[in-house]
Amino acid sequence: MSSFLFFLAASGVIAGAVGVVVLRNPFYCVLALVAHLVSLAVLFLLLRAEFVAAVQVVVYAGAVMVLYVFVVAYVGGDADSIGERLHGAAGHRPVGSSLRLGGAVLAGALLIELLIALLGTGLEAINGYGAGYSPGPRTYGTPAYIGQLLLTRFLLVFEIASFLLLITAVGAVVLARRRRGLGDEDGREVLTPLDLLRPRETGTMAEGVGRLSQRDPAPRPSDGVLSAEEVTLEAGSRYPLA
Amino acid sequence: MSIAWYLAVSAIVFSLGALGVITRRNPLVMLLCLELMLNGANLALIAFSRMWGNGDGQILALVVMTVAACEVCIGLGMIVAIYRRRLPIDVDELRELQG
Repeated sequence: MSSFLFFLAASGVIAGAVGVVVLRNPFYCVLALVAHLVSLAVLFLLLRAEFVAAVQVVVYAGAVMVLYVFVVAYVGGDADSIGERLHGAAGHRPVGSSLRLGGAVLAGALLIELLIALLGTGLEAINGYGAGYSPGPRTYGTPAYIGQLLLTRFLLVFEIASFLLLITAVGAVVLARRRRGLGDEDGREVLTPLDLLRPRETGTMAEGVGRLSQRDPAPRPSDGVLSAEEVTLEAGSRYPLA
Repeated sequence: MSIAWYLAVSAIVFSLGALGVITRRNPLVMLLCLELMLNGANLALIAFSRMWGNGDGQILALVVMTVAACEVCIGLGMIVAIYRRRLPIDVDELRELQG
């Protein structure tokens, strides 16, 4: 039963991974990764890592993949073809099969090296079934066990991980925000210490006379209608409102 | 199943992820393939943790998951920023920093 479950889950894992690499549409790639993650959680369960399997399904296959789906829906599912269209317009050939072949050769070499490193080391324990395991409320792999380890031996790691998450949250907001107050790519304005006291676009006198906002010709999303000049400005872009 | 089978699966998943990172040009899919590589490493960590009956590998796997979530967050933020600036979403076209 255990080995049957293993082969089922392992084939799911590898099929999901192949799907991520092979499928053209990024949306299907995300779905293949979800299947891969769920099968991987089954493998974790077989290895008695109950808490990690639950985290894998809830956090990875749940939250992170929802993030991916949102971004794929925002950027567009056919994002792969955009690059090829640009390539065709510029007269370039798309990346040839030589690079793809080289990548396959490199990945094959990596696989062989990893297999030698992992399995060819001659460790006796690798061929065993692992250490002894007896079910219980606080044994190996349960949430109580993981929590005790995280709050005693690995407390510093836990705190560093939480700090990393905080930095990431701030960084993602800074990266993906709408650039409205600060100038766009060419007309970047200088931040002065006054801006900390008095944020941009809050109706100051300098903005009232148009000194600060004249470098920002992009229409507000609430405007809805574009003037003729703006339409020609935005004609080559993929979406009209910044 | 013996631990060796799990290690073989992890090596295969890691190599598939590396293949995807090398061959795909869409940064979204490259991020997905990075996830594959991290998952292969996670599987090896948990298999070794089971081998010794020690929870340290599981803690390390949880940390790897945290780092992967952070990396996804920053990567997707960069992709959204690239899209906002109307640059092509293709790693062959984004060569500003190459000099």
